[in-house]
Amino acid sequence: MSQLKTSSLRAFYGDFQALFDIEFQADEGETIAVIGANGAGKTTLLRTIMGQLACDRDMVKFDGRPIGDLDAHEIVGMGIAMVPEGRRLFPSLSVEENLKIGGYCGRRGSWTLERVYQLFPMLAERRDVPSMALSGGQQQMAAIGRALMSNPRLLLCDELSLGLAPVIIKDIYACLDVISDEGTTLDIVEQDISRALGIADRFYCLQEGRVSLAAPAGGYDQAAITQAYFGI
Amino acid sequence: MGWVNIIIQGGLLGGLYALFAIGLALSFGIMRLVNIAHGDFIVLSAFVAMIVSAGLGISAIASLAVVIPAMFALGYLLQRGILNLTLGSDILPPLLVTFGISVIIQNLLLEGFGADIQRLHAGAIETESVILPGGIAVGVFPLLVFVLAVVCIAGLQFVFYRTGLGRAFRAASDDPDTAELMGVDKRHIYALAMGVAMAFTALAGVLFAIRTTFEPSSGPIRLIYAFEAVIIGGLGSFWGTLVGGMILGIAQAIGAALSPTWQILAGHIAFLVVLIVKPSGLFPRTRD
Repeated sequence: MSQLKTSSLRAFYGDFQALFDIEFQADEGETIAVIGANGAGKTTLLRTIMGQLACDRDMVKFDGRPIGDLDAHEIVGMGIAMVPEGRRLFPSLSVEENLKIGGYCGRRGSWTLERVYQLFPMLAERRDVPSMALSGGQQQMAAIGRALMSNPRLLLCDELSLGLAPVIIKDIYACLDVISDEGTTLDIVEQDISRALGIADRFYCLQEGRVSLAAPAGGYDQAAITQAYFGI
Repeated sequence: MGWVNIIIQGGLLGGLYALFAIGLALSFGIMRLVNIAHGDFIVLSAFVAMIVSAGLGISAIASLAVVIPAMFALGYLLQRGILNLTLGSDILPPLLVTFGISVIIQNLLLEGFGADIQRLHAGAIETESVILPGGIAVGVFPLLVFVLAVVCIAGLQFVFYRTGLGRAFRAASDDPDTAELMGVDKRHIYALAMGVAMAFTALAGVLFAIRTTFEPSSGPIRLIYAFEAVIIGGLGSFWGTLVGGMILGIAQAIGAALSPTWQILAGHIAFLVVLIVKPSGLFPRTRD
């Protein structure tokens, strides 16, 4: 049984339909890339899984349990966490407080403050500074660390590389390997296709709210991806 | 000598204004909700205390043991049942709804108790005084109110900056949607914040009604004092609210010493001066 499965998933922003009958699944421990152009529905897919956007109860199942009608604060307690696009650290909290609030739901597991600091030693040095005093790359690390503090079995990552220098992106993706080795399932939304496919087992390409291609990440066909990405 | 006395008395009065302001600072700071009915909840608490102390035959101070939990529950239910539905990108709905609640409370109180001037009694403590070094007499009750304000603010400051619940409050204030991603149920956290705000309002209302008289229409002027204390202090810390309350109290005391007609006006002038000189208050919230 897949860990996460969506069936005929539809999502709307008001009257505007953003997702059309998405069939998406992820098995325990897999790393899945979700790629696509701007406005293809990648972020919407993550937000809907996470309960930030409403959908029908049976459209999203986690361990076979329907979770489509639950709110984000309930879903995080079941073991799904999200690193939101643009980091979204809490400005009035220090770095350490941001990490601590990540553990607010009280899910136990292998991730603790100490282990997050081991993974991102730079954060340990700057634990008492306001979160907005960190550099972009450090903020992204703090956002990942904050999500890990809830000990997720499934981690949703939205545009981790956005606005970061290539050398920093490389560091962050190296950390994703460590997280994946723990057995955590990763769903990674990326614009940087080669970066995403380099780490993923499988990928989905979205185009205008529909899955235009779903395939194993190894040995992909560049022409097929271009077709699925741009629809030309 | 006379001026030292005036400033001390005004500063102590500021403790009461700070207690008025705490509830307002909490609901605005966390939910961005401007509670126009805040002053009426202060007065409502005083009436509830009046009923409780008469019904149970206990002093007004002892009635706090009932009034504070009751107002906490009222605050929680009000936020969960009504006010949460008014929150959004538009700040107008909560203003209108709490304005409506203000009108309703005033009229229900008028209907139930008439327009008579009321007063709560706390026994001998009302009139006792202590002599400070230098020969200045200070009322025990105003001193007690001030000490309570300091204790309350220290307690709030501790909860907000040292506990998990406080982090959840601050996170929900910064970014409610992202706080939800952390497992913070914003509807519950907001309701809890309003409950806490209302508990402090209950304390402020009872102490106010022991210190001075009240009637069903006393609310709006308390709301103005609370607003002024919050705005003078800025929203950076609860200590700012205490400073704001003290500045207001001292300005009123100085005004009253010059001429009784100047008492209220002097407070408003002090508020306007701060607004002109430092529009974000003396201790603004630092962001980004």
